[in-house]
Amino acid sequence: MPVLIRTRALSKVYHVGDNVIHALREVSIDIQQGELVAIMGPSGSGKSTLMNVLGCLDRPSSGSYALGDREVSDLDADALAEVRNRGIGFVFQSFNLLPRTSALENVELPLVYAGIDTRARQQRAHSMLERVGLGARTDHQPAQLSGGQQQRVAIARALVTNPLLILADEPTGALDSRTSLEIMALFQTLNREGMTIILVTHEPDVARFAGRILRFLDGALVEDTINPQPDDAHQLLAALPPVNTLPLSSGTDKNASSSTVGSA
Amino acid sequence: MNAIGLLRVALRALAINKLRSILTMLGIIIGVGAVIVMIAVGAGAQAKVDEQIRALGSNLLLIMSGATTSGGVRMGFGSNFTLSEDDALALNRELPEIIAAPALRGTSQVVWGNTNWSTVLFGVTAEYFEVRQWPVVRGREFEPSDLLAATKVCIIGQTVARQLFGDADPIDQVIRIKRVPFTVIGVLENKGQSLMGTDQDDLIVMPISTARKRVLGGNQAKQRSVGTIWVKVREDEDAKRVEDSVRQLLRQRHRLQSGQDDDFSLRNLSEVMAAQEASSRVLAILLAAVASVSLIVGGIGIMNIMLVSVTERTREIGLRMALGARTRDILGQFLVEAITLSLLGGLIGIVIGVATSLAIGEWAGWRIQLSPESIVLAGTFAFAIGVFFGFYPARKAAKLHPVEALRFE
Ligand SMILES: Nc1ncnc2c1ncn2[C@@H]1O[C@H](COP(=O)(O)OP(=O)(O)OP(=O)(O)O)[C@@H](O)[C@H]1O
Ligand SMILES: [Mg+2]
Repeated sequence: MPVLIRTRALSKVYHVGDNVIHALREVSIDIQQGELVAIMGPSGSGKSTLMNVLGCLDRPSSGSYALGDREVSDLDADALAEVRNRGIGFVFQSFNLLPRTSALENVELPLVYAGIDTRARQQRAHSMLERVGLGARTDHQPAQLSGGQQQRVAIARALVTNPLLILADEPTGALDSRTSLEIMALFQTLNREGMTIILVTHEPDVARFAGRILRFLDGALVEDTINPQPDDAHQLLAALPPVNTLPLSSGTDKNASSSTVGSA
Repeated sequence: MNAIGLLRVALRALAINKLRSILTMLGIIIGVGAVIVMIAVGAGAQAKVDEQIRALGSNLLLIMSGATTSGGVRMGFGSNFTLSEDDALALNRELPEIIAAPALRGTSQVVWGNTNWSTVLFGVTAEYFEVRQWPVVRGREFEPSDLLAATKVCIIGQTVARQLFGDADPIDQVIRIKRVPFTVIGVLENKGQSLMGTDQDDLIVMPISTARKRVLGGNQAKQRSVGTIWVKVREDEDAKRVEDSVRQLLRQRHRLQSGQDDDFSLRNLSEVMAAQEASSRVLAILLAAVASVSLIVGGIGIMNIMLVSVTERTREIGLRMALGARTRDILGQFLVEAITLSLLGGLIGIVIGVATSLAIGEWAGWRIQLSPESIVLAGTFAFAIGVFFGFYPARKAAKLHPVEALRFE
């Protein structure tokens, strides 16, 4: 498998008053296409900072970062915007859907900036929502969807441009354990279909589904372990007692449960 | 994102805070409305002055009996007349660049059948119509024989024609002026209101000899004195220089020493009118300027709300950037939103401004002149204000750092 991400001595330094904060210290990693990587580490260890740099939302203070065969650490703002648009799908802890906007239009948004015309946009957004199991809820607004469903919309939005990789910063951080499991099952499905996924998590329960775990401490990469036999989220999900609750409308409800399950 | 997409996004964003959007637009609505009303009122006033100038005729001098006082002109009709028909004759003879028309004035009740009307009478010579640029539209002017023989004929103004005859044809009808029967031989063209607001068409003119003999009694009947002499300066002549010649000639004829004041007053009416026109134009510009201040205030309101909106939607901006929005996409989004606010406000303002102008014309009876130019101007102004005051907030949004915007609480 070809290398998708190659960083060399990637550093990010913040200056706050007289303090110098090393958010990333000389991080060098290679990530191959088709990997499912979990990034772990205590709070403030630089996980989000790394995700921002990998996601081309931020530029490193020093070091190099190549995405695919393209060096991106020195691109200007608009070029970075294009890389984000075409190459990267983001999934956030807080879903970050546009309020009062239908699921379909939320998923369409990256295609709007890619300059795709309305018809093709709607078609692609629709099929992507079907793929994450929300084909029946394309007209729902975020407030009418459960937390798990909102995160599925966000995943559909990340996938719709057919990106090189998906970056998910604590994607299950706002979800209950069952819904988390469903989201991880979805990620595993996507990964098996060849999608490269990098996710940040605090929970070992989530990280065990990843094939590789990177551990950070104080901005430095301290551990890089391969997990040859990651757990299968679908199996665990199947073993759980079935739930038949109706989907709740509140996205923050910890008991919110999705009525649909990721395609296996 | 294309223009229609941007417009849809803007309309949706504005629809979320309907009341706020409307209140923000209010400044522009009032501003545009006020500009349109002020321009309509100002242009109306100016059109009225222009019309009066046209009605008066260009290059017109008015000589009146009696001295000017420091407070203005003393309208000493009926008292000692210092001007005479001979002055007018002399003016016509000595100064080929002018035409002088003497006029005697009186008032009387006129009767036709069983209708009667009180109006102003003027005894004039044949030159009067040319000097005042006031043609007879029906019937005929005076013949020299009418003046020589003091025939009992008269020409009436439009108001008198309407009041006495209504729809009937006045020509060759006999009316009684101070019990004397007069044949109506003509009707004057409509002239409209004077600068003072009096109805200039409410008059009857007759040969000056007839007026002296048959109608106006007292000293006017015996002497050749007249109250006023109208003077038309021929085209291409310098009115100022002619004015001096006229004054010189009259002083000479009246045997005034060099230290003595004039015993008549001479006014250049065109100049008076021009001054009036200038002041009405200044007033119109002033009104429009005051109104446009409220447009600026409206623009500041838009800027204020757009800044609030950018702050409120910082996370949304961060998200859009993460999904691939470029600087110009964000700039366009917020600029279009500001322009939509101002243009929408401008459109409502135009409707309200036009309606208010028409209402003012209807109820206050003012002359209103709505011009397409002023509407286009107001619309363009509203657009420009949207661009000008929307640019700073939009640029602020576009310059946000994606990470900081996404993290914004
Ligand atoms: N904009 C910034 N300015 C100054 N310091 C920053 C900034 N962003 C991050 N940091 C610092 O960089 C370090 C790494 O932050 P980061 O958000 O990457 O941590 P994290 O591993 O994601 O933590 P958590 O698990 O709590 O999300 C922290 O010490 C943080 O305070
Ligand atoms: Mg973090």
